[in-house]
Amino acid sequence: MNLRRDVFQAIADPTRRAILLLVASQAMTAGAIASNFDTARPTVSKHLQILTECELLEQEQNGREIYYHLNPKRMKEIADFIEPFRKMWDERFTKLETIMKQYKPKQTE
Amino acid sequence: MEQKTKINAEDGKQELMITREFDLPLELLFRAYVEPEIVEQWMGTKVLKLDNKKHGGWQFETTDAKGNKYGFNGVIHEFISNQKITRTFEMENMSFGVQLEFLEFEKLTDNSSKLTMHIVYRSAAHRDQMLKMGMTQGINMAHNRLQSIVYK
Repeated sequence: MNLRRDVFQAIADPTRRAILLLVASQAMTAGAIASNFDTARPTVSKHLQILTECELLEQEQNGREIYYHLNPKRMKEIADFIEPFRKMWDERFTKLETIMKQYKPKQTE
Repeated sequence: MEQKTKINAEDGKQELMITREFDLPLELLFRAYVEPEIVEQWMGTKVLKLDNKKHGGWQFETTDAKGNKYGFNGVIHEFISNQKITRTFEMENMSFGVQLEFLEFEKLTDNSSKLTMHIVYRSAAHRDQMLKMGMTQGINMAHNRLQSIVYK
């Protein structure tokens, strides 16, 4: 098993995405997060561990409780991940459009 | 602002979808994929071969600012004028492997058209690797552009 956690593998799982959505609004304890799912508590813990390892979630000690909250910087990195690829194609297509708007057929059809 | 080019890449899938609407009649959009001189202009690459037919193939070569050459090639599996092109795409001397591309061209109005590009990669990991490459390339391109402005 690969120990190095890939952030994209982490968000590939629907439960983990649901956890991220949940925690996006407020920091929560593992227990509070788990109460939102039918899944067994250890399974949720495992998900939290994975999300924390790839730095999507951050832990914060508050008295005796550990709160999980979202790491917005890391989330932004993921959102930006596809953007350069999109931009590359967008620039190409805009160029295509500009060229073809001025296009004169070689011979009339 | 609405983005003209949209990319749909679902997490964990080995495919992605690129869609774009053009202010061009369908025939003109399709022509941009057929005529080598035009492909060269908008793709920013040299076209060594473009044999647009079933069982045909294509070969491009791009030279970067430092003079390094990159080869790309593939075969054309299906070619229906003003409708679709099914082809493979591979970067030469790279470990990315081959990808399958389904290009569909649609007429929207007399003066607008839509392209849907469905790309299938060998695995989800291969897809993400390609996307990350796009990211690096984007940064390089911006850097090169900056350089060419600076050194003018």
